[in-house]
Amino acid sequence: MDLLEYQGKQLFARHGIPVPSGKPASTVADAVAAADEIGYPCVVKAQVLIGGRGKAGGVKLAKDRAEAEQYATDILGMDIKGFTVHEVWIEAASDIASEYYASIVFDRAAKAPLVMFSTKGGMDIEAVAEETPEALVRIHVDPLLGFQDFHGRRLAFEAGVDADVVRPVGALLSKLYDAFVAEEAMLVEVNPLIVTGDRDVKALDAKVTLDGNSLYRHPDNAGLRNPSQEDEQEQMAHERGLTYVKLDGDIGILGNGAGLVMSTLDVVAQAGGSPANFLDAGGGSKADAIVSAVEVILSDTKVRAVLFNIFGGITRCDEVAKGLIEAFDVVKPTVPFVVRLDGTNDVAGRQLLADASLPNVHTEATMLGAAQKVVELAAAHGAAA
Amino acid sequence: MSVLVGKDTRLVVTGLTGREGTFHALNNRNYGTDVVAGVTPGKRGQDVEGIPVFDTVHAAVAETGANTAMIFVPPRFAADSILEALDAGIELVVAITEGIPAHDELRVYTQLKRTPGARLVGPNCPGILSPGKANVGIIPASFFKEGNVGVVSRSGTLTYQIGNELAQRGFGNSSIVGIGGDPVPGSSFIDIIELFEQDPQTELIVMSGEIGGSAEEEAAEYIAANVTKPVVGYIAGFTAPPGKTMGHAGAIVSGTAGTAKAKAEALEAKGVRVGRTPTETAEIAMEILSA
Repeated sequence: MDLLEYQGKQLFARHGIPVPSGKPASTVADAVAAADEIGYPCVVKAQVLIGGRGKAGGVKLAKDRAEAEQYATDILGMDIKGFTVHEVWIEAASDIASEYYASIVFDRAAKAPLVMFSTKGGMDIEAVAEETPEALVRIHVDPLLGFQDFHGRRLAFEAGVDADVVRPVGALLSKLYDAFVAEEAMLVEVNPLIVTGDRDVKALDAKVTLDGNSLYRHPDNAGLRNPSQEDEQEQMAHERGLTYVKLDGDIGILGNGAGLVMSTLDVVAQAGGSPANFLDAGGGSKADAIVSAVEVILSDTKVRAVLFNIFGGITRCDEVAKGLIEAFDVVKPTVPFVVRLDGTNDVAGRQLLADASLPNVHTEATMLGAAQKVVELAAAHGAAA
Repeated sequence: MSVLVGKDTRLVVTGLTGREGTFHALNNRNYGTDVVAGVTPGKRGQDVEGIPVFDTVHAAVAETGANTAMIFVPPRFAADSILEALDAGIELVVAITEGIPAHDELRVYTQLKRTPGARLVGPNCPGILSPGKANVGIIPASFFKEGNVGVVSRSGTLTYQIGNELAQRGFGNSSIVGIGGDPVPGSSFIDIIELFEQDPQTELIVMSGEIGGSAEEEAAEYIAANVTKPVVGYIAGFTAPPGKTMGHAGAIVSGTAGTAKAKAEALEAKGVRVGRTPTETAEIAMEILSA
């Protein structure tokens, strides 16, 4: 789960990491009131879960109240790479002497947290890593030992920070590590980490990704989800506890098991079709879960045909068939369905479907055959519509 | 022969008295697995259809000689349960539980590497089936028969799909090992491929990967340097958009890292043939075995 910049900064502040003072606002009036309280000059920053806000005009320095009002008006409602700005963060302007970079990532390959630090902050860190790899210092931390003071010193000295800030940089990195572990993050990134004219060290930006599986231990973080940043179908699926990802195409997909669903998307694409979504109905799906899933898939008006690809293990094909029959009763779909049922209770499931003789439902024996059939039907249905 | 589970397996199930734990443990026993114990704290002295229940894994090991543990407890208790099994001297821990926090998995993995002789398969996996010998987990055994193809996979249902395609073409399996879809799996492709390479029953290895991480790329290097048996690959997720978790916690393309294309190319560059569909994967395996 990704946090907005200001949510990340508030999380940092809870762990003692210095951040500039600021306030979030979702209306122009609130933004101006926040700016008055913080004082001028201040920065008006668009809060969206995408990089490149500055280039898109989503970050502006306001020297007085009139400018703060103008920028808040411009930025609220702005579209940045497909994301609508619903909130701005009003922050005290900082006096920047140096810009550094710091991050901690959950390194899957090394199976340890990876702390990275560079004095080349404020720019695209992937470009820094590519062009001057020696400028990006990397240290893995043993998760059972944790971050030690010497880790901070090594990072600071090896990156070549100004001598007077070695200790505060080390201290900030240590707190960043505490935040990474305590909040169970997959990523914490500060770019830039600044040194001010007064030689204070501060996090001027915050990018935080939290582990969705750990949110039950962090109820406050769980409440930080940003539904306004989600697609309509994804939001609906989330509320129903379904594993759904929206895609660009017109063929709705439902399967059981993440790997099989991913594979189904690929096979449909190879057959010349374009999947509209990923939906994993999960193991042991009961009929009502299938009804719920069909509703989510069909709420995407681009969908011209739907493919069910089930290989029953724990999932019983007769339950899936019952769910589909019930879904037809409730939702009354107008698009064609292709259903492939294999595995546990497949014969019973196919029999149920045959007996129900649902309109426009085609059964196929193989995954490949089902993919080809649904692509053909989607094309025909699209032409007819 | 087979790998990891077989006639020598003596299984203790943590979470045996839960609904899912009971259902699958009895399924495993009906298949022929020697299920010797269950663990549920506070339920010592009870039994589940004759399987004795203990308070701790240590007690279960002392009383029954269990050598393999299946973890069936909810995510919030699972890391502790795995660590308990490791501490009790269990050689093989199979963790079925899905949804374990990633930082818990990191601590478990680090401890695992400090425990000589111990092995963890999973979490978030369907378990291990050695057809005709033992089933530890939730793999629907009736679709598989004994044979010479070893399968290792990050996905459960995709394994059933590929295994079924092989079975329809007359091939059976030595063992089917689900290593799970989480970011920090206890066993990697390499760990399992190494076992299949040593297993006399296994004549061909099928590895089924998916987007996210770099385990397939690492396996490609390992296979080129160490494996004499033919390996056939499959990778799911060519159509997955970057930055989206595709069902499995570990199935995510981060930036440009972990794409299906990169994985398939890494395997092919090392001489591993990669099927573009589960059907094609089974056909390649059949072609090699029939040659």
